[in-house]
Amino acid sequence: MAEKLKPAEKLKKDRVPMRNQEPLERVQNFLEVPLGYSLEEAIQEAQRCLQCNPPYCVAGCPADVRIPQFVEKLIAEDIKGAFLEIKQTNALPAVCGRVCPQEEQCEGACIMNKKGKPIAIGRLERYVADWAKQLDYSDAKKPSTKLNKKVAIVGSGPAGLACASDLAKLGYDVTVYEALHKAGGVLVYGIPEFRLPKAIVGYEVDQIKELGVEINLNYVIGLTKSVDELMQEYDAVFLANGAGAPSFLKIPGENLNGVYSASEFLTRSNLMKAYEFPNYATPIRVDQKAVVVGGGNVAMDAVRTAKRLGAKEATIVYRRGRKEMPARAEEIGHAEEEGIKFELLTNPVKILGDEYGNVVGIECVRMELGEPDESGRRRPQVVEGSNFVIDADTVIIAIGQSANPIVARSATGVETNKWGYFVADENGKTTHPKVWAGGDIVTGAATVILAVGAGKKAAKSIHETLSNKQ
Amino acid sequence: MYKILKKQKWSDTIFSNWIEAPFVAKAAQPGQFIILITSQSGERIPLTIADSNAKEGWVQIVYQVVGASTLELSLMNEGENLYAFVGPLGVPSEIENFGGKVLIIGGGIGIAPIYPVAKKLKELGNYVISIIGARTKDLIIMEDKMKEASNELLIATDDGTYGQKGFVTNIMDDILKKESEAIKDIWAVGPPIMMKMCTRVANEHNKQIWVSLNSIMVDGTGMCGACRVSVGGKTKFACVDGPEFRGNLVNFEEMILRQRQYCDQEREALMLLEEKIRRQASNG
Ligand SMILES: Cc1cc2nc3c(=O)[nH]c(=O)nc-3n(C[C@H](O)[C@H](O)[C@H](O)COP(=O)(O)OP(=O)(O)OC[C@H]3O[C@@H](n4cnc5c(N)ncnc54)[C@H](O)[C@@H]3O)c2cc1C
Ligand SMILES: Cc1cc2nc3c(=O)[nH]c(=O)nc-3n(C[C@H](O)[C@H](O)[C@H](O)COP(=O)(O)OP(=O)(O)OC[C@H]3O[C@@H](n4cnc5c(N)ncnc54)[C@H](O)[C@@H]3O)c2cc1C
Ligand code: SF4
Ligand code: SF4
Ligand code: FES
Repeated sequence: MAEKLKPAEKLKKDRVPMRNQEPLERVQNFLEVPLGYSLEEAIQEAQRCLQCNPPYCVAGCPADVRIPQFVEKLIAEDIKGAFLEIKQTNALPAVCGRVCPQEEQCEGACIMNKKGKPIAIGRLERYVADWAKQLDYSDAKKPSTKLNKKVAIVGSGPAGLACASDLAKLGYDVTVYEALHKAGGVLVYGIPEFRLPKAIVGYEVDQIKELGVEINLNYVIGLTKSVDELMQEYDAVFLANGAGAPSFLKIPGENLNGVYSASEFLTRSNLMKAYEFPNYATPIRVDQKAVVVGGGNVAMDAVRTAKRLGAKEATIVYRRGRKEMPARAEEIGHAEEEGIKFELLTNPVKILGDEYGNVVGIECVRMELGEPDESGRRRPQVVEGSNFVIDADTVIIAIGQSANPIVARSATGVETNKWGYFVADENGKTTHPKVWAGGDIVTGAATVILAVGAGKKAAKSIHETLSNKQ
Repeated sequence: MYKILKKQKWSDTIFSNWIEAPFVAKAAQPGQFIILITSQSGERIPLTIADSNAKEGWVQIVYQVVGASTLELSLMNEGENLYAFVGPLGVPSEIENFGGKVLIIGGGIGIAPIYPVAKKLKELGNYVISIIGARTKDLIIMEDKMKEASNELLIATDDGTYGQKGFVTNIMDDILKKESEAIKDIWAVGPPIMMKMCTRVANEHNKQIWVSLNSIMVDGTGMCGACRVSVGGKTKFACVDGPEFRGNLVNFEEMILRQRQYCDQEREALMLLEEKIRRQASNG
């Protein structure tokens, strides 16, 4: 068992760094980039935790992960105990440990962040969850009490899965309806394998199924069955269908061959495994030069995927500056290490094609930052006459997603706002008494952990409402 | 799970399967399609619902072997299960009693998807004139069913081996010359080039026409934009805004170019599969 450190010693120690696959090597494969902690590294990092009471970190976690408790068990080398602590509140620890923006969540709230050395909570959570997967350990069991009440959930992304897990544990009969042929939402079709291996998502989804949750794949609510029908068949309905519709730039040439939305490009590569074409049947087109338009996490995922698919040159085109890029600093850093080029303060005006309808380039203008707008960000303005062309055989548009209307159209009495998102209060309650909603389809594109949090709140509110009805 | 209940071979390249899919069968309407995946490593391929039966829980598809995925599908046997089958997708055809005649045109494999449209139109009391056509006699499918679903059925083959020699557009033009006024609406489904030609004829007679766009798709639910087409100068998603659009507004040139997007990869996939089939045949 590891020794206990004195507080003063804890403050002196630095964060234990995470080992990564070398950039030159990793751009040749789709394997995960961060390699994970060893047991020694995990314990060394865990020992720095001050075990605060109350714990500041937990306030930063929308899934209420019992952070000091699991860290304490980890120090004691009781990994199983640590796993059980985490699983009490978070059904997706291996996922969250990898993709949560911890700097804004738990680690941002950690007391040690004041010294710039927050506990690496995400990496520790990942370590513990990976341990369980490696040993094929599962705590999931069907609840002994059954309430004989049925809840339908639309969408198997993090919001839907979190809600399903909490309700199943309480004894509800939960059925999830998923349009695609795999469960997980953005976790399986959007976020690339090299950041979130699909086997890990599959493992956590399987544990939720072991709780008795039924997942109906290949089932499009709004087409195969309407929300109205679900309202009749179930005691409550949770809408968690995500913000899946891709936005385009609406500039000339966008329908040329070789121009993709990030959603299409990533779906082909991740969900359909086009990176293993032709062993997997779905094709994808990447030749020499790929250009990705946008500056968020989705753009970083797309450009790093293009590089791995063989692009000699992969470039980000973004209309504002480096500081304004919404992507996580860590992701931008990883992209830079991999040789991604950045054309900042640059905006596309036209996509150029040849006589066969194939994209050959993208015409851009340079931008400069003007006065701050309402959001406080300095508004980019065109530098007149600065037009220039970047050669490209693949162009990927990663400028955001919006609401897909299919679900809402079939949900009578569930109000949407002017952008098509469901109107819901902080507990996920919509304008229909039997319907809750949460995740990206309420907030617009956000994060996995906020979707998990929304799913948990809805589960709690559904339970309260249905319990009072008795 | 998505069992192949029945399979028929209608010509060298055309097959029809009846798939067990009760939820799809229950909701299916004319003009809609499904997406299926043959096996775990397969791609998502869209196929129109040629017929369905809610009581018996099946959906019929008719497909032409044009590449690796349709070849793989044609090699699956009765009793086997598809990996995925989802639908019904897309907007149903806008069918009502128009109080007159309607013109239905099906070319090649496009006869299958036009059948439920014709059937429903006739059920609702329209006078249905159908024209079906193909390159040659062997490729004319569903003639009996089309006869049942129409008040008049006309047939054209390019080589004259059956029905009238020539294209469906020749017959279409003749009919519109005779009774343009009486024709309340027109549907045409077939290869893009045929739909483009039908649209040209409709335009010459100042008639509106519906076409069903078979653009390349991935999810089929409006999530990816792979299926985008230009209609009336605006970008539309064929899977959720269509697949039927007013042909008069469709940019067919762009659509045809977009369909060829993966020519090279498709050839590679087909060669790989054919090689595999050859190897299996020589081993076993
Ligand atoms: C490329 C990419 C990278 C990202 N990276 C990160 C990251 O690193 N960290 C992070 O925190 N967040 C990240 N995000 C954001 C995060 O993934 C989302 O905020 C989160 O997944 C939202 O969860 P959700 O459950 O609301 O919706 P989704 O994950 O979108 O899931 C919705 C599910 O509903 C299904 N569905 C939709 N319509 C229907 C229907 N009609 N019937 C049945 N099912 C339907 C969809 O197929 C999907 O499976 C990323 C997003 C993308 C696109
Ligand atoms: C709404 C819709 C309804 C359709 N209905 C029918 C039908 O009832 N019967 C039928 O035989 N065919 C139908 N098709 C076309 C059918 O989907 C394609 O023939 C099939 O996907 C080809 O796959 P493949 O691998 O065998 O051939 P490939 O080698 O992949 O392609 C051959 C040609 O098929 C087209 N194609 C390829 N991939 C796709 C894709 N994912 N989506 C659409 N087209 C593609 C391309 O034009 C390509 O050049 C329909 C297509 C759409 C969009
Ligand atoms: S779930 Fe996310 S926010 Fe919560 S503790 Fe884990 S990494 Fe931090
Ligand atoms: S705030 Fe930081 S130091 Fe305190 S308990 Fe949480 S993780 Fe440990
Ligand atoms: S196929 Fe993806 S949006 Fe139409």
